Amino acid sequence: MEHIVIIGNGISGVTAARHIRKLSDKKITIVSAETDYFFSRTALMYVYMGHMKFEHTQPYENWFWKKNRIDLKKGYVKTVDTKNKTLHFSNDDTLQYDKLIIATGSKPNKFGWPGQDLDGVMGMYHKQDLESLEKHAPNNKVCKRAVIVGGGLIGIELAEMLHSRHIPVTFLVRESSFWNGVLPEQESAMINKEILSNGIDLRLGVNLKEIKADENGKAKSVVIAETGEEITCDVVGLTAGVSPNIDFIKDSGTRAEPGQSIETGRGVKVNRYLETNIPDVYAIGDCAEQHDPIGNRRPIEAVWYTGRMMGETVAQTICGNRIAYKPGHWFNSAKFFNIEYQTYGWVWAKPKDHEARFYWEHDSGKKCIHLNYDKDTREFIGINNLGIRMRHEFFDKVLSEKRTIDYVLEHLADANFDPEFYKLHEPEIVAKFNQENNTNIRLKKKSWKRIFNLTA
Amino acid sequence: MDKHSSFAVSNPHKVPLDTIQKLGLWMGIIGLMILTLATFNIHAEPKNVFAIVSIVLMLVGAIIYGRQTYIKSAPGIKNNHVWFKTLTNRGVIGWFLGVILTLFYVLLYWFPKYLGLGIEGAENTGLIVMFDGLSQFFKGQPASQWFVYGTLYTLAIVSLGIKFMYKYRHNRYQLIRTVVVMACQLFLAYLIPEILEGLNTERPYFAKDIKNIWPLNYYFFESWHLDNMVNGGTLGMFYLVVGIFMFAVFTPIITYFVGKRWYCSWVCGCGGLAETAGDPFRHLSSKKLSAWKLERWLIHSVMVFIFVVTVAVLYGYFTGKGDVFGLSIYEYFSKPYGFLIGAMFSGVIGVGFYPMLGSRVWCRFGCPLAGYMGIIQRFKSRFRITTNGGQCISCGNCSTYCEQGIDVRAYAQKGENIVRASCVGCGICSAVCPRGVLKLENGPEKGRINPTDVLLGNDVDLMDLVNKR
Repeated sequence: MEHIVIIGNGISGVTAARHIRKLSDKKITIVSAETDYFFSRTALMYVYMGHMKFEHTQPYENWFWKKNRIDLKKGYVKTVDTKNKTLHFSNDDTLQYDKLIIATGSKPNKFGWPGQDLDGVMGMYHKQDLESLEKHAPNNKVCKRAVIVGGGLIGIELAEMLHSRHIPVTFLVRESSFWNGVLPEQESAMINKEILSNGIDLRLGVNLKEIKADENGKAKSVVIAETGEEITCDVVGLTAGVSPNIDFIKDSGTRAEPGQSIETGRGVKVNRYLETNIPDVYAIGDCAEQHDPIGNRRPIEAVWYTGRMMGETVAQTICGNRIAYKPGHWFNSAKFFNIEYQTYGWVWAKPKDHEARFYWEHDSGKKCIHLNYDKDTREFIGINNLGIRMRHEFFDKVLSEKRTIDYVLEHLADANFDPEFYKLHEPEIVAKFNQENNTNIRLKKKSWKRIFNLTA
Repeated sequence: MDKHSSFAVSNPHKVPLDTIQKLGLWMGIIGLMILTLATFNIHAEPKNVFAIVSIVLMLVGAIIYGRQTYIKSAPGIKNNHVWFKTLTNRGVIGWFLGVILTLFYVLLYWFPKYLGLGIEGAENTGLIVMFDGLSQFFKGQPASQWFVYGTLYTLAIVSLGIKFMYKYRHNRYQLIRTVVVMACQLFLAYLIPEILEGLNTERPYFAKDIKNIWPLNYYFFESWHLDNMVNGGTLGMFYLVVGIFMFAVFTPIITYFVGKRWYCSWVCGCGGLAETAGDPFRHLSSKKLSAWKLERWLIHSVMVFIFVVTVAVLYGYFTGKGDVFGLSIYEYFSKPYGFLIGAMFSGVIGVGFYPMLGSRVWCRFGCPLAGYMGIIQRFKSRFRITTNGGQCISCGNCSTYCEQGIDVRAYAQKGENIVRASCVGCGICSAVCPRGVLKLENGPEKGRINPTDVLLGNDVDLMDLVNKR
């Protein structure tokens, strides 16, 4: 029986395992050094905040794996011997495979800052990071202030986490406005306000110079490069992005015979079929790097959804139905303190030449939508919606059918996904668009028929 | 890791209460103390006045505490520290509350004299005498234990319902639903029945809570109750006809259109208590598959039980016989159901165990009306919780906060709508979802159940290939 070994028990690896099991009777082993069972990494924050216990982050009960004949092995893979198809573990254990899927995810970036490995300095990615945070920042007596370095999704989540324990937070963001490499300025400004209104000491346009240690080798302060200001703190969170967690592959490569090493760049290099240069070795999820980016996507996509999609795809290939990874239309989501964010299609931070934008913001300053469309053809390109929920099916269909901005606005009531009885803003949104663009778009009433046909 | 669920009285991440919160808390405690002391026959005079003072203190105290607790932070989900608190994580205070509630129910059902009920014409004492004035005002007779219970029950729903509304003030579904459930308890279950009782003192008793539908109201078809309605004049006949109509016509039709939520989380008294007073315990329900299996066996067994009991009592009513197949209808049918299900299951376990098993134990595992509507909801209804394409990140907030113990995530992470018999449509899964994935909706039946293997967002050909049936 063919033995499929998957390194990494995150969403990518587990999705691959589940789909291989659906499609075949192969022997499957998932290897992880982090935890015994699959858990939702995105939910770690809620454990620290007291919304959930760690066990609640595990999407499957513990009996699931045995029932589905998916073997779980805890261990740290040190090297991969592709010639003999063998994994070598840090405790000198070995494991033979017939096909190998590398799904080891990411690790937090560190940019060589002085003091980046001190006690009390941590990322927020692995379960071990959560445990470290629990140790160093259990409350605002042990941790009188925390400094977060890096203004991305994990940084703002870490700020929310610490805030829930009433720990003062200084948030150092390199950009001139939060996440403005991704969000247009209006959305970014809204999130800046949200961060500040939660009492976070947000510092925009600053970089970390160094982290200073006390006499016990524990972080005691950070110094800001631009101003030289020193901020006393007990915990430093490094959240300046993530990169593929593949050091062991690179190590293996240096020991391998010529032609036997797995090609890597920033991540494990893969083709469209998620195959590496070595036969029977695949890479998926955050750690995989496409030779050529797909469409407007980045070569490495460290996103939950794309990891899952790669898992779904690679399972087909491994089970004899060789199929390329062809993700559909881009979508993503996040939550910034109390403001939910969804996006469908592309809304770049800055409009491209042929693009026109329409922005509507609610009086509360906590809801907005931002539409991106082609100024000549009026084809809809993408939407950002903050504080308002939108239907994935609707926008997926609109993008596939290359509908116009006018169509989207006309059918905005179909698109809305807010809970029942919520105040709807569609008439106001459409009126504003008409006024600004001198159009006469009329909002259609929500139609179950149309919504339903979308999902048929 | 599990220092959080320790038995330590103190919360390891304790957040001190401010002055206003303390004021509200102490008002509530003093109000409760007045009644507690009364239970031990330590009364402040005049009793009528102090009963009102106690009620007002508890009501206003809960509102002040609730308002101050939630208004301090911006509108949004307020689940910080839920699993750290000893009250809400089966800690010492949780167990203490559970024991007190259980004890109260035991006394209420089987030993009301210890609550002060005057036996055989004797004057009320203890807790119950405190409510004589209020009872006299409504219906010109001294209070019964059921009058006291109804008053306190309504108080709990209204005061903690207002607290709940502050907690979910950003969510209009929760606000409207809670106003309705509070109004249903206050008017339909409490004020109107008590006032009607007062206006019809010469007539025999029958249930006047119009929404307490058979089989939740298990004695509706018992001989004495049918007789009392038939002899109850126009009002009695009205309740008889409406009672049958509600069960046989109204309930299935409305459940078809909007799901059983119209009753379970909008109208019902049991549900009303669970959604308001029980809200801090909703996450304690078990999400295990084994719990779901137990649920299906139990709730349908109770349904069969009440059906058999009802057939037996109706047989007795129409034939005039006291037994069926040689078995006494009272001893072998009505009495065991009333004891085991009516009192033990719905009362003692249903509410007494809130801090251990969550707030919906009765609704999930026992209630035959919920079971009846659940079958309609599962097989013939327009209601579903829609999953928003591929947006789920499997975080588990929805499952954790489902009071009915539905593993919502198991569906959402497959891109599949949630169509489950037990869902009471409280809407909290949708509220706590950080990614906007869940929406309670009534829509066409076709396509309501949509199993998928590959989720929206991936390659269209792959989705077609894998998802075709």
